[in-house]
Amino acid sequence: MSVPLLAVDGLSRSFGKLVVLSQLDLLVEAGGIHAIIGPNGAGKTTFFNLVTGALGPDVGHIRFDGSEIVDLPSYRRTALGICRTFQNIRLFGSMTVLDNVLLGLHCRTRGGLLTPLVGVPFRRPRAEVGARERAGEILELVGLAGTAARSAVELPYGQQRRLEIARALASAPKLLLLDEPSAGMNTQETIELEALIGEVNRRGVTILLIEHKMSLVMKLSRVVTVLNFGQKIAEGPPAAIQRDPRVIEAYLGSE
Amino acid sequence: MLSDHTVSILIFAGIDVIMALSFYLPASAGQLSAGQGGFMALGAYTAAYLTVQHGTPFPLALAAGGLVGGLVGLAVGFPALRLRGLYLVLVTFGFGEMIRVLFLNAPAFGGPAGFAGIPPATTVWHVLGLLVVLLYFFTRLSGSRMGRAFAALRDDEAAAEAMGVNSTYVKLAAFAAGGVIAGLGGALYAHYTLFIDPEAFGVGRSLFVMLYAVFGGLASFWGAVAGAAILSILPELLRWVKDWREIFYGLLVLTMMLVRPQGLLDAALLARLFPRGERAAARG
Amino acid sequence: MFAQQLVNGLMLGGAYALVAIGYTLIFGVLNLLHLAHGEVFMVGAYVGLALALAGFPPWAILAGAMLAAAALGVLVERVAFRPVRSRGSHVTPLITTIAVGLVLQHVVVKIFGAEPVAFPAPFASAALDLGPVTLSTLQLLILGTSIVLMVVLEIFLRSTPTGMAIRATAENQTVAGLMGINVSLAIVITFAIASALAGAAGVLLAWNFTGLSPFVGVKVGLKGLAIMLLGGLGNVTGAMAGGLIIGVVEVMSVAYLASSYRDAFAFAVMILILLVRPTGLFGARLQTG
Repeated sequence: MSVPLLAVDGLSRSFGKLVVLSQLDLLVEAGGIHAIIGPNGAGKTTFFNLVTGALGPDVGHIRFDGSEIVDLPSYRRTALGICRTFQNIRLFGSMTVLDNVLLGLHCRTRGGLLTPLVGVPFRRPRAEVGARERAGEILELVGLAGTAARSAVELPYGQQRRLEIARALASAPKLLLLDEPSAGMNTQETIELEALIGEVNRRGVTILLIEHKMSLVMKLSRVVTVLNFGQKIAEGPPAAIQRDPRVIEAYLGSE
Repeated sequence: MLSDHTVSILIFAGIDVIMALSFYLPASAGQLSAGQGGFMALGAYTAAYLTVQHGTPFPLALAAGGLVGGLVGLAVGFPALRLRGLYLVLVTFGFGEMIRVLFLNAPAFGGPAGFAGIPPATTVWHVLGLLVVLLYFFTRLSGSRMGRAFAALRDDEAAAEAMGVNSTYVKLAAFAAGGVIAGLGGALYAHYTLFIDPEAFGVGRSLFVMLYAVFGGLASFWGAVAGAAILSILPELLRWVKDWREIFYGLLVLTMMLVRPQGLLDAALLARLFPRGERAAARG
Repeated sequence: MFAQQLVNGLMLGGAYALVAIGYTLIFGVLNLLHLAHGEVFMVGAYVGLALALAGFPPWAILAGAMLAAAALGVLVERVAFRPVRSRGSHVTPLITTIAVGLVLQHVVVKIFGAEPVAFPAPFASAALDLGPVTLSTLQLLILGTSIVLMVVLEIFLRSTPTGMAIRATAENQTVAGLMGINVSLAIVITFAIASALAGAAGVLLAWNFTGLSPFVGVKVGLKGLAIMLLGGLGNVTGAMAGGLIIGVVEVMSVAYLASSYRDAFAFAVMILILLVRPTGLFGARLQTG
């Protein structure tokens, strides 16, 4: 295995008396697609929140690209190259599709509160023109090219999920965390999503994927980690995971 | 040549619009400040003190008023980082009141008797000039990196952070900038009325500034502009009802808010006035 | 001297607490701010004035003011809250209630004039010498009334079905609705109670200061807001304690510092509390004890 992009060591988090994540160790290899599966309440989304800095851990270390990030605020982690999508779509409702993607470029562009006062009047600043070109490319990549001027929340559900991916991609992540990207999608949309995730990965973005649709997990991922009640119960290539008796029991036991 | 009366209406309406914009700026980042009267007081007293006691040229005094408003805005922003929604409204409200009470107890600034003898300096052109600059700024802000960060923070703070927005920095910038605008408004006000006292910047002022902006609608800065312009000229139009004026005014505001709870220029109306598709198409 | 100031402070604080309880009840139930609550207080006091001038006895003045304020409170709910509850943001009621407050102020100006007016004492007050403290019978009445009202409210919220319905609504409107509670009715009753208490406070403070102005509601309203925060949003017991604290602090600051700082103290305390302990001294949410 090459140098891991993300190395998580002894990560624990509890809410009150409820232990959501317990002593988790996890390595994410650079360049691959790594899936995290597990029954509801296994601690998958909490894990994402800890990696992105939305939550702090009780104990544990998170190393990204060789440096410790556990004490960094969310936005600094985004700047280092970690970005995510949300399970319960959280697009910016008052903004257009294009503006949502442009917001994703926030940490890759410059400009403060006084920037609007400088530059040639009635002409868009060059940095802004560049940002719009980049955002346009990303929208094209995810297949939303024609929707730029629409309000983000007016889009159909499947397109909103794609827009979440586009917004995250705009921050030029090295590691992209996708939280159930196929939730609520029909078969056709899922197939398109699969192609999109594959394409993003081919462009050099490492992907960490929480997913319930096993077909997607099996086709895309190189490594699968299984969580149950906050603990890692299995890890390995998808084919081996599918046969693992502990995994089968965890899924059947939770039904 | 405009009559004195018209000039006075224009100047006061202009200052009201400036104040409403000072509320709108932090509000556009989700930070409701009900203490803008306090920042206005800081700008007014600072600038007046400089011109009266030190003979400072008006433009410098104006800048100083904005600066002090901005610095205190920044200071108020820090505690505001921990508070949301109505808690924030109440705390900023409290800050505005404290600033008023501090001036009430400052003999150097005239205390409750007020501060008189301010040289006349503000003209209608100063007010309009500042307004033009502000409108230019807000127009450009809405399509800029910071403007989008403001909107994102208002829509969903956690998501904005996850997308790389430093919410602490953005909120502080918004509060400070709101303070600067209110400070400038206060400085212009002081050099037109030539007399200021703490009561001019009390709760009533802060509440009305908020009222103007919300009445106009918080979906765009045009809401603050329209709300303040309409509501500060409305009393002039209601002269014929004589001493029923305030009652009419209150009932009109109430009725409008019941008919359009999101304000005069809500998102739907804005979309019709400035269709996004056409704008985008025109840009290519 | 100190003990005397303490008693004066408690008397003032009792009336403040009544106003703050109103704010906190409404905030607890609706999660919205009622910025015309100070004006409801003021109108209550003026109704008391009208009754006093017509020669009614003290108990009738108090009861009349409370009834009128309750009716006004229900009206305010009807015109300024209910229509925007589902359609507006939490900012909208701020504006509708400011507008209502403005209208109320100027309706009173129309009827009673803009100038402060004298409020007649309800009876010739006798001084009671209690060792270090001198208490007039009027002060005793004011303090006693606010304590009685608070105790009655406490019992009402705890042990009557209506009181429990209000508390359930404050806890979670949706769940309360599912449990068969008439949420709209609970809200109306909350406004009636909150406003009646404000009306009583209006008369009590008018007796205390023997004067009244149409704009008195602004200052008292602000203080009520500060006290609500001090006690914890939606916390009735907290509002009672907070009212007494602010009353005492205010009287002490006038006695030992400058009187012009009086109003600043309430806000200084409030801001301090919010920074150190944003849930107030006694915790947020509608709870008693």
